[in-house]
Amino acid sequence: MDEIVKEFLVESYENLDRLDREFVELEKHPSKETLGNIFRAIHTIKGTCGFLGFAKLESVTHAGENLLSLLRDGAIRMTPPITNALLALVDAVREILSNVESAGNEGERNDSALIDTLVSLQTVNDPASATPSESTAAIPSPAASDTSATRRKKKKTARATKNKRLNTAEIRADVSRPARRPQKLGEILVNRGEVLPEEIDQALNQQADGDPRRVGEILVQSGAVKPADILGALQNQLGALQNHNEGRSTVSDSTVRVDVGLLDKLMNLVGELVLSRNQIVQFAANQENSAFVATTQHLNLVTSGLQEGVMKTRMQPIGNVWNRFPRVARDLAAACGKQVRVEMAGAETELDRTIIEAIKDPMTHVVRNAVDHGFESSEARVAAGKPPEGLLFLRAYHEGGQVNIEISDDGGGVNPEKVRDKAVQKGLISADQAARMSEREIVNLIFHAGFSTAEKVTNVSGRGVGMDVVKTNIEKIGGTVDIQSKLGQGTILKVKIPLTLAIIPVLMVVVGDDRYAIPQVSLIELVRLEGEQARKGVERMHGAPVYRLRGNLLPLVYLHDVLKLPEGTNDDESVNIVVLQADGRQFGLIVDGINDSKDIVVKPLGKHIKGLSVYSGATILGDGKVALILDIIGISTSANLTGENRQPSHRTDTAIVGESLGDRRALLICRCGKDYFVGMDLSSVGRLEKFPLTAIERSGAHEVVQYRSEIMPLIRLAHVLGFGAESDPAEALDVVVYREAGKSLGLVVDQIADIVEDRITVQNEQRRDYLLGTVVVQGRVTDILDVRRVIQAVLPEYLAGAQAA
Amino acid sequence: MKQFSTFYLDRLLFGVEVATVQEVLRYHEMTPVPLALPVVQGLINLRGQIVTALDLRRRLILPERVADQLPMNVVVRNGDEAVSLLVDEIGDVLDVEEDIFEPPPATLRGKVREMIRGTYKLKDRLLLVLNIEKVVNLS
Repeated sequence: MDEIVKEFLVESYENLDRLDREFVELEKHPSKETLGNIFRAIHTIKGTCGFLGFAKLESVTHAGENLLSLLRDGAIRMTPPITNALLALVDAVREILSNVESAGNEGERNDSALIDTLVSLQTVNDPASATPSESTAAIPSPAASDTSATRRKKKKTARATKNKRLNTAEIRADVSRPARRPQKLGEILVNRGEVLPEEIDQALNQQADGDPRRVGEILVQSGAVKPADILGALQNQLGALQNHNEGRSTVSDSTVRVDVGLLDKLMNLVGELVLSRNQIVQFAANQENSAFVATTQHLNLVTSGLQEGVMKTRMQPIGNVWNRFPRVARDLAAACGKQVRVEMAGAETELDRTIIEAIKDPMTHVVRNAVDHGFESSEARVAAGKPPEGLLFLRAYHEGGQVNIEISDDGGGVNPEKVRDKAVQKGLISADQAARMSEREIVNLIFHAGFSTAEKVTNVSGRGVGMDVVKTNIEKIGGTVDIQSKLGQGTILKVKIPLTLAIIPVLMVVVGDDRYAIPQVSLIELVRLEGEQARKGVERMHGAPVYRLRGNLLPLVYLHDVLKLPEGTNDDESVNIVVLQADGRQFGLIVDGINDSKDIVVKPLGKHIKGLSVYSGATILGDGKVALILDIIGISTSANLTGENRQPSHRTDTAIVGESLGDRRALLICRCGKDYFVGMDLSSVGRLEKFPLTAIERSGAHEVVQYRSEIMPLIRLAHVLGFGAESDPAEALDVVVYREAGKSLGLVVDQIADIVEDRITVQNEQRRDYLLGTVVVQGRVTDILDVRRVIQAVLPEYLAGAQAA
Repeated sequence: MKQFSTFYLDRLLFGVEVATVQEVLRYHEMTPVPLALPVVQGLINLRGQIVTALDLRRRLILPERVADQLPMNVVVRNGDEAVSLLVDEIGDVLDVEEDIFEPPPATLRGKVREMIRGTYKLKDRLLLVLNIEKVVNLS
């Protein structure tokens, strides 16, 4: 295919994706700006396809462009039929484009019906027949208030005549002009109804007769128009000029289109480089030659920078996927006789393009599902005391190296009773199990294969192949899905996905003679039992090993059993339990040893091993050896943890006094001072680190450490909170790394105690210094720290710097 | 005239067409893959690429290699994928004439027959030519 046609396709697809959203937006909030955007997009397509010789595409877009230009000029109002016709136009254009892409021609379409509709719509609601108030409401135009009624009426007819003229055969030449060159001042004034065409003619004639003044000056001085109106028109013209110029110079100057294949190749090469770097760094650790060591360190830094940069080139905003949802929701809602509005926050959140591709379909499915099943009909909503229009809210944000996506609706919610009955009826769980499950666990049953509670099968969803496919697809890319619902109030679907697939953080574990990588996404915590505990900690429940983790039974799996390896030589002196989460269940994986955590490059497995569900890939370690990456879901399945005989996962036992429901939050619990515990919001915590005392240096009055090629200031939490100086532990400091705007800050605590997640209700609302309040966690009074306030007090320049960055 | 890369397995001489061989390597450290088929000996790191190593003795139902004999790698390309075949020892590259070729005798039966195209009757011994596609395809 021609390079130029390819470029045209790429550009047009981009424009169309934006259009879907803007049309729906326009229907609700008509604005000149949105109309201008839409007009320009269609106009660009029309212009280019005429040049490339796509006649059908040109005639369709031409008809649409005419209609749009009338809308933009305020000659006709936006109505649902017009929106429908324009959306149909977008679909038609998309179809022709895809034909061009696949077959190289426009295909055998006949769009005359669509063109007829588009043309007929150009005449139906001429504002001359509409009441004045309606026509001004559609497109606000600053009508001159001091003109006399007769004058206004005369102008209105003049404007209407002009519009009528536009509806004739002259359209082609006339409407394509405004976008090519901005309107002249006179045209703007006439269109706005500020002056009569004759007055402009008169002024122009004066100019032609040698009057040196500008048209605006003549008009003002002859009293035909107020200076303020001229000013408004001039601003209008300037805006149009700027719009006219944009997309030509600015965009093309600062961006380049790069072939995705090339980016993928770059990413692979960087992956290789990262591996070689790791090998060299490991090698350099045993070298004496200081020049070599210094060069290695430099290589290390440059590689990290390069890796980050290349990753960024592959990042795309999630809005690229979301853009089509308002349209999807609108069409579907209309088909179901419902009213649904889509709102978004965090559409600019960026994700690796492979992930964007991977979540496209599951997300669309979720949106369709929400509109089809989630929302009630308008009447039912009103009866329930809700606004007739349902709100579908999409939210995305970064948290701890992952992206969280939330899709919430204010519909009817999931009825746990119905789900429970259905699940038992379908034999997914036994009645006995159902009775033991919490409400939330029951709601999450909708992810079970072959589950659908919709009473009737509709043509959009409800065939029972819905949510389980969503879950599988999200989990395939290392993500997790969770659903929470309140009957009558709505449902919230939370998706967590990794930023990128190519390079992932893992924990290295040892079984027998070999190392295996466990993706950090599945990792909850590590438990090490020693001495007496190691011998007695693991108990047997009719043969099945379990461990009492904070009072709840955690099913255990020996990795050597799963992999059918001989039992490790590890004596009974210690037991390492890796607590993992898979498929909504927690279990402990017992390994012989736990190594460090590191970032690895995922490599695919050959076809001889691909079929094994317990591995998700392989990687090359610093010493050049290959290590397998464990697939946690595969392991839990092969250990029979999931499926029908699975135990409900335990709930953390954060005490909530009273029945009020706070937000579900994750807290990091640390000990400061001898027996004082503080909790902090886990979402503000970047990492947990240990620094040897020797690593601590001073800069000015502050203690600092060198951390990930930056200088990280440290704050001793015990000092700030007034617990005096407890003597330093023998060898290392526990540090909570707080991150804001790409800068790190270390909070030194005496011990990192635990992480709890639950609905946490702040009991003591009176805010004391640095504290948000107090909660009871696991039977212990715990103050909740306001980390930002601590920093504000001790290191205000950090926050200022972070804001500047 | 055809060219074959040759190697030894249990004192038998085998050959694969030179064009299918990517490279020949000495012993490489391998990472075992628990739960995989017994023929899959492990994974090797071939300059950053992860390659599956198949034990050709097991594949061809020959006696097991003695424990202290380290196998060598004949890396062959199959489709997009590279696979390493573990052999006892590497032989020469041989040029052979087509007229000394003979298909496998009727007495050679079973799975192994599919994997052996036939033999070239060299002066002093037989050269068994492998069908790489069949050898690599375990299913």
